[in-house]
Amino acid sequence: MDALLQDYLPVVIFIGVALFIGLALLISPFLLAFSKPDPEKLSAYECGFNAFDDARMKFDVRFYLVAILFIIFDLEVAFLFPWAITFGELGALGFWSMMVFLAVLTIGFIYEWRKGALDWD
Amino acid sequence: MDFASLWTNYIWPLGVIVVQSVVLLVALLIFIAYILLADRKIWAAVQMRRGPNVVGPWGLLQSFADLLKFVLKEPVIPSGANKGVFLLAPLVTCVLALSAWAVIPLTKGWSIADINVGVLYLFAISSLMVYGVIMAGWASNSKYPFLAALRSAAQMVSYEVSIGFVIITVLMCAGSLNLTKVVEAQNGPYGLFQWYWLPLLPMFVVFFVSALAETNRPPFDLVEAESELVAGFMVEYSSTPYLLFMLGEYVAIMTMCALATIMFLGGWLPPFPVVPFTWVPGVIWFVLKLSFMFFLFAMAKAIVPRYRYDQLMRLGWKVFLPISLIMVVAVASVLYFTGLAPQ
Repeated sequence: MDALLQDYLPVVIFIGVALFIGLALLISPFLLAFSKPDPEKLSAYECGFNAFDDARMKFDVRFYLVAILFIIFDLEVAFLFPWAITFGELGALGFWSMMVFLAVLTIGFIYEWRKGALDWD
Repeated sequence: MDFASLWTNYIWPLGVIVVQSVVLLVALLIFIAYILLADRKIWAAVQMRRGPNVVGPWGLLQSFADLLKFVLKEPVIPSGANKGVFLLAPLVTCVLALSAWAVIPLTKGWSIADINVGVLYLFAISSLMVYGVIMAGWASNSKYPFLAALRSAAQMVSYEVSIGFVIITVLMCAGSLNLTKVVEAQNGPYGLFQWYWLPLLPMFVVFFVSALAETNRPPFDLVEAESELVAGFMVEYSSTPYLLFMLGEYVAIMTMCALATIMFLGGWLPPFPVVPFTWVPGVIWFVLKLSFMFFLFAMAKAIVPRYRYDQLMRLGWKVFLPISLIMVVAVASVLYFTGLAPQ
């Protein structure tokens, strides 16, 4: 086997075995357990009455905002990963260019904060 | 190619990997059965109760009795649910949580795959965990799961950002994405004082609290706040689909404990590099540290009251994110100006 396959094939096999265990657990009650469904049992959970309308309703725009902010900062982390492990070899240019990058992002972060994008009350 | 070379080059190595995977997964699941029991026992002890003590001596077989009960319960799929996605969600949660353990080294050389991007793999897997929650909330077609899934997703992604920054500071000190090398970078004559928990103490605290939030553990279990959302995104689940969510949650907690052990508590290294400690095999130290980290998780569950949702988001975005951002700059500056960075 070549080196790449030797490194990553075990991961795939491990996920395969995990998938087998998960599937076995998921399927077993459908084969083993006693089942007697009726319309009331199968209705969506509510506090004693039928649901008024569809559950997939409008939701607060702030969840959307959090998702956008997450993408920005997670991308930043993704950029930092290769920089962090080669940090010792990059020297002055590597250090200062990342500091400038972080400063730009911090300015954006302060702007979000002042605009109230992070408030939840 | 004849059969002999096929056997030595492909079939035998594959068989070894499959057996290793099965052994690790079974050991992990049995360990988690007892971790679940320990969680309930610690919780009970804090509240001056006895906890489970009926099934087996001191309740030692409680988790296995629970498993049997889950398997024999009637699985209910609501009539309004998207059946495929509804059943796929617990499977995704559980399998993703388990697959993180493919790269975790229990001691030197004891991992299924010792890949060079181990930390990145763990980070990617823990990012994908949010899909199980979103799928469950959407597919249930019920109001409580939908609201809980939105909350949970926002909470998980918020704290993932600070976990990312914490990992960056550790990587800067270790100089590698390979988990084995991260542990070996902490090896030295001063033993436990050279592990990263001491030089990176603020990041260890941020990591611990973020790990609580990331895995929806109390005091951040707003997803399961009974008074507001019944039981979170799992309301409509019963039988083993519910069990898979529970299992996925506990496996994710163990992954976070393992990550904390590897990055901050020196993995399998003994606390002092002198004779009686170095006789103990590394895997014992690893399991001890793992259990210690879980004990902290269990104590946090038992003694800290639940947060409110706006407090939770404030803590994540306005406290942890600035602190970890400043710490990345501070650690980078110290390493750069003192010339301590690994070459």
